[in-house]
Amino acid sequence: MDLLIPEVGTIIWMLIAAGIVFFILVKWGFPMITRMVDERDEYIDKSLLAAKEANERLAGIQNECDELLKETRAEKARILKEATDRRDEIIAEAEARAKESGEKLIADAREQIRLEKEEALRSMRRQVAELSVQVAERVVLKELSTDEDQLLLIDRMIDDVKTGK
Amino acid sequence: MALMLVVSVPAAASDTETAKDETVDVKGIIFGHLKDSYHWHIITIGEKEISLHLPVMLYSKVSGWHFFSSRELEETGSYEGFHITDEGAHAGKLVETLPDGSQLKPLDLSLTKVALGVIINSIMLCVIVMCTARWYRRHKSTDPAPGGFVGLMEFVVAMIVDDVIKPSVGKDYKRYAPLLLTIFFFILLSNIMGLIPIFPAGANVTGNIAITLTLALVTFFTVNVFGNREYWKEILWPDVPVFLKAPIPLLPFIEIIGIFTKPFALTVRLFANITAGHAIILSLTCVIFITAKMGPVIGAPMTVLSVFFMIFMNLLELLVAYIQAYVFTMLSAVFIGLSRPEEHHAKEKVKVNDENTLTT
Repeated sequence: MDLLIPEVGTIIWMLIAAGIVFFILVKWGFPMITRMVDERDEYIDKSLLAAKEANERLAGIQNECDELLKETRAEKARILKEATDRRDEIIAEAEARAKESGEKLIADAREQIRLEKEEALRSMRRQVAELSVQVAERVVLKELSTDEDQLLLIDRMIDDVKTGK
Repeated sequence: MALMLVVSVPAAASDTETAKDETVDVKGIIFGHLKDSYHWHIITIGEKEISLHLPVMLYSKVSGWHFFSSRELEETGSYEGFHITDEGAHAGKLVETLPDGSQLKPLDLSLTKVALGVIINSIMLCVIVMCTARWYRRHKSTDPAPGGFVGLMEFVVAMIVDDVIKPSVGKDYKRYAPLLLTIFFFILLSNIMGLIPIFPAGANVTGNIAITLTLALVTFFTVNVFGNREYWKEILWPDVPVFLKAPIPLLPFIEIIGIFTKPFALTVRLFANITAGHAIILSLTCVIFITAKMGPVIGAPMTVLSVFFMIFMNLLELLVAYIQAYVFTMLSAVFIGLSRPEEHHAKEKVKVNDENTLTT
C-alpha cells in the first residue's frame, strides 16, 4: 500500500527538476525543432510547387522547341530548294554565258584566222607577183632579144596568168 | 539489457540472503527495487557493497530541521531519533520516535534514489534536446535534413506532433506542442532509464506515484488554466435537459468529478504499467535464485527459461516504455483539446475520440 502513497518530498524534487527542464525545453528546446521542421515542410512544399511549375514550363519549352524545330526544318527545306533552284539557274546562266562567250571566241578566232589567211594570201600573192616580176625581169632581160620569142613569152605569160587565176 | 539485470540482481539477492540466511526474500527484492530508498545500491563485489549514500533532509514539527547522510543509518538503523519503519503506511520511510514513544512522519525532503534519478534524467533530457536544438540553430531550413541522432529525434518529434498533438489539440496546437513534447520525452527517457539496471540509470522514476502525479498535475493545470469559457460552461451548465442540472446539479457534479479523474487516471495508468513491468522482470529474475536452491537439475533449465523470458519481457517493456509515454501525451493532448472547444458540433466529435482513447 505504501507504494501508492505519493511522497511529498519526491513531488517537491520532481517539481523543481521538472520545472527547470520544462522551462528550458519549452522555451528553447522544442520550439527550435518544431519551427525548423515546419519551415522545412513549407520549403519542401514550395520546392515541389516550383518543380512542378518548372516541369510545366519545361514541357512548354519542349513544345516550343518541337515547333521551332519543325519550322526550322521547313525553312531548311525551303532554303535548300531555293538554293538548288538558284544553283540550277546559275549553272544554266553560266552555261549560257559560257556558250555565248565560247561562240564569240570561236567567231573571233575564225575572223582572226580568216583575216590572217587573207593577209597571208595577200602577202603571198604579192611575193609571188614580185617573184614573177623579178623572174620576168630576168627572163625579159635575157630572152627579149628576139621578137618572136618575145611575143611567145608574152602569150605564155598571159596564159599563165589566166590559168593562175 | 537482460544480461545487465542478471548481473545486478544477484548483488541485491546476496544482501537479502545474508539477512535472512537460506530463503530467498522475493517480496523484499521486488519491493526493494520498486520502492524509493535513501541510498543507491550500485553493485556488490564479493563482500564489499558499493552504494551511493544520499543526503537526508527532514523537517520535524517537534525537533526542527535535520541534515545527515544516509550512511549514518547503516550501522544502528537509527540516527537522531529517526529510523526507517517497516510497517504501516510509511513503510520504508524515515519516521521519528518521539520521547513519549509515538511515531511521527516528518516532512521528508531527502534527495532519495528517485529524486536523484529525476535530476539525472532531467539533465540527460536537457542535454539531448538542447544538442538537437543546437543543430537546428546552426542550420537553415533549406539545408538537407539531418541524419543520425538528430534525424531520429526529428522523426520522433514530427511523428508526435503530426500524429498525436495536431489531431488531438486542434487549432492552436503549436502553442501546446513544446509542453506535450517535453512530457513525452521526459516519460520516454525515464521509462527507458528505469529499464537499464546499472548506475546512472536504474532508478524507478516513472514507477513512482509521486512522479506520475506531478506529471499529471502539469496536464491538469494546463487544461484548467488555459480552458476557455465554452469549457467551463460545459462543465457548469452543460447542454442537457434542465432537470438534470437545475434543482440538483447532477451533471455539473459529474463533470467536476471528471476534472479530477482525468489526471488521476493519467497518474495511475503510467505508475501501474511501469510498476507491473518491473515487477514481472524482477520476479523472473528471482526464479533463477529460487530454483537454484532446488539443485542443478531444476535450476539449470529454469535459469535458461527465465533468462529467455526476461529478454522477452525487457523487449516488451521497451515497447511499453514507448507506448505509455505516447498514451500519456495523447491523453494530455486530448484533454487540452477538450478544454478549448470552439462550437458545439466540433466538440462532440472530439468527445467521441476521447472516449475511444480512454478505453485503450
